Amino acid sequence: MAFLSYLISGISLGSIYAIIALGYTMVYGIAKMLNFAHGDVIMVGGYMAYMATTEFGWSPLPSTLFAMAVCTLLGVLIEQFAYKPLRRAPSLAVLITAIGVSYFLQNAALLLWSANPKSFTSVVPFGTLRLFDGRLIISGTAMFTIIICIVIIVGLSAIVHRTKVGKAMRAVSEDRDAAQLMGVSVNRTISTTFAIGSALAAIAGVLLSSAYPILMPTSGAMPGIKAFTAAVFGGIGSIPGAFLGGILLGIIEILGKAYISTQLSDAIVFAVLIIILLVKPTGLLGRKVLVKV
Amino acid sequence: MLTVNDIHVYYDNIHAIKGVSFDVKEGEIVTLIGANGAGKSTILKTVSGLLKPRRGEIRFLDEPIVSVAPHKLVSKGLAHCAEGRRLFLQMTVEENLEIGAYTRDSGEIEDSIADVYDRFPRLAERRRQHAGSLSGGEQQMLAMGRAIMSKPRLLMLDEPSMGLAPILVEQIFDIIAELNASGTTILLVEQNAQMALSVAKRGYVLETGRILTAAASADLLNDDLVKKAYLGGA
Ligand SMILES: Nc1ncnc2c1ncn2[C@@H]1O[C@H](COP(=O)(O)OP(=O)(O)OP(=O)(O)O)[C@@H](O)[C@H]1O
Ligand SMILES: [Mg+2]
Repeated sequence: MAFLSYLISGISLGSIYAIIALGYTMVYGIAKMLNFAHGDVIMVGGYMAYMATTEFGWSPLPSTLFAMAVCTLLGVLIEQFAYKPLRRAPSLAVLITAIGVSYFLQNAALLLWSANPKSFTSVVPFGTLRLFDGRLIISGTAMFTIIICIVIIVGLSAIVHRTKVGKAMRAVSEDRDAAQLMGVSVNRTISTTFAIGSALAAIAGVLLSSAYPILMPTSGAMPGIKAFTAAVFGGIGSIPGAFLGGILLGIIEILGKAYISTQLSDAIVFAVLIIILLVKPTGLLGRKVLVKV
Repeated sequence: MLTVNDIHVYYDNIHAIKGVSFDVKEGEIVTLIGANGAGKSTILKTVSGLLKPRRGEIRFLDEPIVSVAPHKLVSKGLAHCAEGRRLFLQMTVEENLEIGAYTRDSGEIEDSIADVYDRFPRLAERRRQHAGSLSGGEQQMLAMGRAIMSKPRLLMLDEPSMGLAPILVEQIFDIIAELNASGTTILLVEQNAQMALSVAKRGYVLETGRILTAAASADLLNDDLVKKAYLGGA
């Protein structure tokens, strides 16, 4: 029974990683860059929801929507001003810029909200579920997080596979010039990708802060790096890969903490990642594109 | 319809196109022929906006287009079927056709898809298959089908016969003639000069970034120089 409850917390933590990893993987797949500031957008989302609930006195849903709106705008602005001018620059320049944006966001948060941790009020509408005469306890936060993650993955797949915007995204991801020759605006498509990724980051920020209710300017950094790992794990660029990678990472982390060592849990996660990449360099669901001549 | 006036195109420091001028009039098939590396693909990429000329002017439908973004030229009626097909290999055949009609209302593309399947029945059988799983010939058909999905007024084709068996080459050229007969103006780049000149009204011979000769197809077919260089001897 204990195992089952660890498994569920693992899936729940993994769901948050998965939501963040989706942002990394979509931006990587379409804009061909690693947006290392993505983790800090999560933190901004957390603070926005915190402000909306404590200072404006809003209820959870409008607060979350507010956080999503602010992060969407933030993501689009970051892309517009920091990354777009570097569209043709070497990828190392873009990577360094992304790290710069990450520090910029953390410092701005430090200035605005100080380093003192804020305690976040959970947005989760469910109570704790007790099963098998109380032997299996599932927290409302865990259930809620898993459900939201499933809704997001279903919704995102529908967007990517069924809508015109989604087709444009896949086209840009495969061949930017060919997409332009079809009439697709690369700039607009990349902008949309950042908007979606950042809105997801806001949701992740709110869920993360509900599960671990201490909010600091550095709150997004570690989950951001773990989610990036999850994206690589699943095969960067692949949406199902980000989902699978996130969930597995959460499970490995929690089981590692429970059965092996609390201190070593992160090391275990990265050890598994290294082994997977040795066996399959493109990640679990990443694929090599075959080109016919 | 298309006027290219003294364009110079560079790849960094490589001066690839050195003052090329030509024009394509409404309803024509015009061909650009030339050896490997002459600059044919570079010219098409410059017309469709993927490359910017350092000097010179390009007008399409009487508008200067050098500073217009490539995706905007598509809705003006310009289609460029690029060298090497450039299909979206991870998308299905039908999705490739749909994205070909990206600039059009999704309500009215059904007929165009049916029309492409009519011309290329093989594609209809493979509509749910990934483009990457098609044979080379099928991929070429899909590339052409996709290019006409935007209902272009000017269609630029870069080596549509590349790597195809002779029977397929015939079929591709029949389709080019048919498209032209139904009102599409065509700028055709080909290695297969014989075929290209047999379908085109006029041709330009390109050599290392410059136009060597411009003449009616019949004259080029009989030109000794062209014969020797591009039509395989005598
Ligand atoms: N991306 C590039 N970077 C640098 N030089 C290039 C690039 N593409 C083409 N070139 C050069 O520009 C010149 C013209 O190339 P282009 O591809 O236009 O030739 P082409 O006539 O289409 O040849 P082919 O028949 O082989 O397709 C060549 O000398 C080529 O080496
Ligand atoms: Mg070429």
